[in-house]
Amino acid sequence: MIPLPHYLTVSAILFTTGAIGVLMRRNALIMLMSLELMLNAVNLSFVAYARLHQDMGGHVFVFLSITVAAVEAAVGLAILLTIFRTRATVDVDNLHLLQR
Amino acid sequence: MDATALLESTGALLPHMTVLVTGLVILTLDLFLTPQSRYLNEVVGLIGLLVAFLFTLSTAGAPRQVFMAMAVVDYLGAFFNATFLLIAALTILLSASYVRREGVSAGEYYALVLFATTGFMFVAAAADLIMVFLAIETLSIATYILAGLLREDPHSQEAAFKYFMLGALSSAFFLYGIATIYGALGNTNLVNVAQALGQGDFSPLLLMGMALLIVGLGFKAAVVPFHMWAPDVYEGAPTAVTAFMTAGPKAAAFAAFLRVFFQGFTTPDMVQHWAPIFAFLAALTMILGNFVAMAQQSLKRMLAYSSIAHAGYAFVALVAHNTLGASSILYYLVAYTLMSLGSFTVLMVVARREGPLYAFDDYAGLGTTHPLLAAMMALFMFALAGFPPTAGFAGKFYVFSAAVQAGYYWLALIGLLTSVVSVVYYTRVVMLMYMREPNGAQPIPRLAPTTMAVLGITAIGILYMGIFPGGVMRLAEHSVAFLFQAKM
Amino acid sequence: METFLFWIFAIVGVGGGIMVVFHRNPMSSAIYLVVTMLCLAGFYALLAGPFVAVIQVLVYAGAVMVLILFVIMMLNLREETLQREGGMATWILAGLIGLVLVVAVLPPFPRTPAGTPPPEFGTIEAVGNKLFTMYMLPFELTSVLLLIGIIGAVILAKRRML
Repeated sequence: MIPLPHYLTVSAILFTTGAIGVLMRRNALIMLMSLELMLNAVNLSFVAYARLHQDMGGHVFVFLSITVAAVEAAVGLAILLTIFRTRATVDVDNLHLLQR
Repeated sequence: MDATALLESTGALLPHMTVLVTGLVILTLDLFLTPQSRYLNEVVGLIGLLVAFLFTLSTAGAPRQVFMAMAVVDYLGAFFNATFLLIAALTILLSASYVRREGVSAGEYYALVLFATTGFMFVAAAADLIMVFLAIETLSIATYILAGLLREDPHSQEAAFKYFMLGALSSAFFLYGIATIYGALGNTNLVNVAQALGQGDFSPLLLMGMALLIVGLGFKAAVVPFHMWAPDVYEGAPTAVTAFMTAGPKAAAFAAFLRVFFQGFTTPDMVQHWAPIFAFLAALTMILGNFVAMAQQSLKRMLAYSSIAHAGYAFVALVAHNTLGASSILYYLVAYTLMSLGSFTVLMVVARREGPLYAFDDYAGLGTTHPLLAAMMALFMFALAGFPPTAGFAGKFYVFSAAVQAGYYWLALIGLLTSVVSVVYYTRVVMLMYMREPNGAQPIPRLAPTTMAVLGITAIGILYMGIFPGGVMRLAEHSVAFLFQAKM
Repeated sequence: METFLFWIFAIVGVGGGIMVVFHRNPMSSAIYLVVTMLCLAGFYALLAGPFVAVIQVLVYAGAVMVLILFVIMMLNLREETLQREGGMATWILAGLIGLVLVVAVLPPFPRTPAGTPPPEFGTIEAVGNKLFTMYMLPFELTSVLLLIGIIGAVILAKRRML
């Protein structure tokens, strides 16, 4: 039997990896994918805790969380497209019009 | 859930449903409108908001949980609903001329504003952490889209992208916090959380969850150090949208803080964990917001930093976990909404099309060329700085009193000092308007009646709340009374 | 058997996650992300969540990632040079935060999972039951969220102003 903390550790590792990706990468698409990785990590935590408490609520949260992540991906990609149309690149270092 | 419970629950959430339906109606209606009849969008929107307000009044009552303990209807929710409806109505009015001027698709714009408002209202009505999360996502995604609505304007694109990226990042932190709380307690209902905590159910996991929740919500409220997105996003977004963003999502974030921390993590041993953190964040926010605002060259960006600073003042009220603290936050949010919407409306009107955006020079000599407009702007600036007899003064007075009452003297002192600092940059605008010669800038077009209505309502509101603060304060106290009654 | 599967999924999943973040080519990152998502689906199955495992594959790996891949191919991006090393300070900070998160979840939980759940746990009936009774309001609010997403995708991404 796999003890629960193992799953939670994997979740924490994936979450941190995703966070590093969002903060450190320069390519907007990879930032978006790192974000999806973070949300996936949280879903894993939910399912693990649902197993611990034997409560279906965790699975419902995952269901809703996947939906939210899908919407965020769609809107994020749409915003990315507007940027790409003007600048022909998704390098976020190009986003410097608004003074830092 | 059987039929009667369903009907009851739906009835209790009628204000929220009305706003949602109004958004849907506008979305469909816009397909059939001609450019001459476009004004029907605004009319339908305002009627819908009025109906929602009437429903708010009729459903306000003793706290009761509906929809299987997912939502709660009480006076606190009613107060917030009224505030959000006011924000939405003022936004519709001030956007009317802006939408026509910039040529954005009106139906979708108003629909998104109304859907975001639905999100605000559900945050205030949330009884479960998952509802808080979904409501925040609803309002956030609608706002990301609104920020990027001027699709060809590079500033708008950039603002939308930054807002989206950092907003989604904070949502992930918030969700992780919910997962941790769920893991620790097996439940995400806020009242159940409070009960479990009251029974001494305590584990380090809860602290971690709480910290993650603070990170997530702190971003939405733009408190330091989660404020990095705000100046860029507020500056780049279309001005009408910025006005909406400084008022709505910010008030909703504070509603979330109230629900989560004053209803959920409300036991004394929990409070002694988060109150000092809040105090520290509030101090940082007030200091950084005010000092950086002084250095800005663009009025829009200055107002953005001022917005951050005001979130700091409101945060001080959160630190004081007592009736005065909770009611002063409500008062402050209403006051700040009026001040912010008013000043951004003036910004929207005076903005030039070419040249540096929102430069201070646009305002030179406004006192002579447009005396009424200048007077309004002066009022808003003085209100933001906290001069009597404006709502800004009363708001700060209540907030700092709450901090003193809770023993946080140093925090109130920082608040006072930073308020004095803020006077510097607010009066800079006023002096420009009245003591400099007009520099022959591009003339300002005649104000649409809707814009004048917004300026009038906000100005009167600020003065009324400043001279007669008791009315709103009593409503606020009534709304938060149940939070501090003896619990079972 | 379960132990073996867990470690396979864990190593491949975490490895995939790291490759998503550190690879140059967005296309490769996307594929690695799909791999990680499939490993997570495996985890869900191990944790008695057959329904969410299937949904993970169908919706997340199957729809969301396909959308992202479409956009990557549409934008026809070249490889980028691996950039922002970021100061040492950022890496240390990230490592610390990660360590805190990992360590914080370790103590409070028993080393063995709580008993075997009933056979209806995690099935589609169980999820549906909860979703349409207790979690009906979040479900309806999510539908509003989806509508907002559709509106946003259309007005931001369409070619000409309607």
